[in-house]
Amino acid sequence: MLIVRNLTKSFTTPEGAKVRVVDVAEFHLEPGAQVALRGESGSGKTTFLHLIAGILRPNSGSIVIDGTEMTALGESGRDVLRAAKIGYIFQTFNLLQGHTVLENVLLGMSFAPGGVDGARARAMLDRVGLSHRLRHFPRELSTGQQQRVAVARAIANRPKLVIADEPTGNLDNRHTASALDLMKETCRECGAALLLVSHDDATLARFEDVRDFSAINRMDNASRTPWGQPRKPGEAPRRAVE
Amino acid sequence: MTIPLIIYRSLRQHALSTLVTAASIAFATGLLMTVWMVKAQSQRAFVETSTSFDAVLGARGSELQIVLNAIFHLEAPPGNIRVADYEQIKRHPAVKAAIPVASGDNYKGWRIVGTSPELFTDVEYAPGKKYALEEGRLFSTGGHAHEAVVGSFAARQLGLAVGSIFHPSHGLARASGHEHEEEYKVTGILAPTSTPADRVIWIPLEGVQHMSGHAASAESELSAVLVQLKARTAEFALQQYYNKQGDRLTFAYPTATIIADFFNKIGWFDRVLALVAFVVMLVAAASVLASTYASMSARQRDIAILRALGARRGMVFGVVMLEAMVIGALGALGGFAVYFALMTGVTELIREQTGVVITALSWHAVLLWCPLAMIVLGALGGVIPAMKAYRVPVAETLSPLS
Repeated sequence: MLIVRNLTKSFTTPEGAKVRVVDVAEFHLEPGAQVALRGESGSGKTTFLHLIAGILRPNSGSIVIDGTEMTALGESGRDVLRAAKIGYIFQTFNLLQGHTVLENVLLGMSFAPGGVDGARARAMLDRVGLSHRLRHFPRELSTGQQQRVAVARAIANRPKLVIADEPTGNLDNRHTASALDLMKETCRECGAALLLVSHDDATLARFEDVRDFSAINRMDNASRTPWGQPRKPGEAPRRAVE
Repeated sequence: MTIPLIIYRSLRQHALSTLVTAASIAFATGLLMTVWMVKAQSQRAFVETSTSFDAVLGARGSELQIVLNAIFHLEAPPGNIRVADYEQIKRHPAVKAAIPVASGDNYKGWRIVGTSPELFTDVEYAPGKKYALEEGRLFSTGGHAHEAVVGSFAARQLGLAVGSIFHPSHGLARASGHEHEEEYKVTGILAPTSTPADRVIWIPLEGVQHMSGHAASAESELSAVLVQLKARTAEFALQQYYNKQGDRLTFAYPTATIIADFFNKIGWFDRVLALVAFVVMLVAAASVLASTYASMSARQRDIAILRALGARRGMVFGVVMLEAMVIGALGALGGFAVYFALMTGVTELIREQTGVVITALSWHAVLLWCPLAMIVLGALGGVIPAMKAYRVPVAETLSPLS
């Protein structure tokens, strides 16, 4: 389902130094697998996920998703592949605040080749227990409910791979367990592989297949900080090296 | 469904700035269409109205002044002419109709013009259209028949009806003179003609000539003679006769050309107007740019999310461009409301001041090109914000803020 080989990605620091953040020799994910990657903040795991999703372009290496070589595609080709085959769950959910719950899910489907399927979107929101919140805006929902919208949006267009980046980072312990169970169940139901990264032991404990990202990623230890750390408000975005 | 939904939600999310920008475009569009229409229509209406008579014979002076005074009842005549001059031109074989007019009095600021009944019985003020009485009868002439026929607009404004009595005042404007002794009785109200005749109080020529307080010479004088020619072959001879000989009279011919020339002379006004129009349009485009660009900063994350969901760069570019166009279109649509509101006031004002009737409902190309230009300019105003959306760095923008 997912095959990553000799993948590298570097960034340029504001001082002009080049820092290699991702250097993964080999990473495989079988169809329907559910894998958690353990990684500390600044370990390059978010960059790794962005590369797999085609949001970033690697400096070198190969990413094959469901038989398609991602690195051979141009930007719009990667956009299409992402829309068709990948569901993304972000730590901050990244819901569109100006759109209702239902519209968020519909928009998630609208860029995929299958197009918008209102019945499917409603069914997914029903599956995550939000059928009574279709017309609500994200700001009107609790954090846990927002997380469930993000899950529904990620799986609505039947992706082959769901990527979850610290998806429980903003949830309390009680909601973490149920959110993870929901993610795992819905991925299983639609036959999607799930690749989750987290540094939280409680989250990782709910997975049978937990891999250590630091063992996979041969990044320079010197570059661990501050790369990969959350950006401070007002801080300039880091420039990727193409 | 996707693109319209994104645009709709975005506009709603920034409702205030959308509203303010669309309103500024609406005012610009409405103002521009109004000014353009008033200019185009009034020019046409003035020229059309002036074609009711081929020529005007007046005292030596400006042809434009003679035409404005005799046909539009504006300005003062350059001087008076003799009744004998009227009788002479009336007998000319090339003249179909010669109507004398004498002005010099008013009632509450509304002009009183003395004329002969032939103006209402024989003459067409527009092709196929003769003056008609809405009620009552024409004034009687001669002797001491102090009777008046009132133009429809003047009658309504002054509250005059058949049987009303009024005292004329001396002078062309309201505050210019004393009240005459004579009492005039309204015998008829003219049907509306949409010409300057609607705002005139018509009395027999003798009424003006013999009005108490007028100089004795007034009895044998007129302000001008309105002339219709049988054929346009005699005009050269008449022009030669009146304009090249002596220094007493001016034969203002052809009236339509004199009015058209006047508008041509103020052609610089057109150019200033066009310049102002373009500046107004550019300011409107700039306001779209400013508001869309400002909202872009707040929307960078939304755009990055859309990109992460699979939206292509070209699509987000298009969405922002379309959004700017929609703001332009909303403004253009609102422009019609502003246009109709302004035209209601302006047409009334022009009618009051000149008697010339223009209407907001008349067709002119500006009603098409101006709103379309606003939409195109709106789109142009969206180019820079759309470029910003196009370039949003997805990974960097989505990285969580601590």
